[in-house]
Amino acid sequence: MTDTGRMHHDMGGREAGPVVRTPHSHPDWEKRVDALMMLLSNNERRLIKVDELRRGIEELGAENYSKMTYYERWTASITHNLLEKGIITSDELGRKMAEIEQVARDERGDG
Amino acid sequence: MARFLPGDSVTVRWAFPPGHIRTPYYIRGKSGEITRVLDSFANPEELAFGRDGLPAQPLYRVRFAQNRVWPDYSGMVGDTIDVELYEHWLEPEEA
Repeated sequence: MTDTGRMHHDMGGREAGPVVRTPHSHPDWEKRVDALMMLLSNNERRLIKVDELRRGIEELGAENYSKMTYYERWTASITHNLLEKGIITSDELGRKMAEIEQVARDERGDG
Repeated sequence: MARFLPGDSVTVRWAFPPGHIRTPYYIRGKSGEITRVLDSFANPEELAFGRDGLPAQPLYRVRFAQNRVWPDYSGMVGDTIDVELYEHWLEPEEA
């Protein structure tokens, strides 16, 4: 069987090696990303649908999809969807990110 | 109304459209049997692009023999896999 038309994320049946069954914990930022998606998609807001989240992840491209972790993919897709819908702007997001990076540098004392 | 009923033999379309597709690659072109008409739901292929996905599409649970899905299947002969598929991905199986 050739892989004509197969998208990178559509992996069912491909060789993947053994499944790691040991429990693992999630860092706080991953829990926040999960909570953010729940809040954005709940019935009060309906700002992003799960299908839109998935579409954004599938559009990352094979290379990014492979090298990013699960919640990094979520973060990239949520960001893209919010920008696309005009819920946030690049300028707002960029300034906020710079502000948080500065706070982190100050806390480390190397700002 | 649902086009298919439990017991109907169907073939999944051998198609590769771009976009957000819920029909797994491995099941395309395979034939199985409808086991349940689940309900109708907004089409995720449309929801993925911010549209309403209406009219709602019937969703079916379709049962496939594993040895018809995987040419080199080495499990039990009677093994099956159930996949939930939207109506526009299904055609009647040619006799």
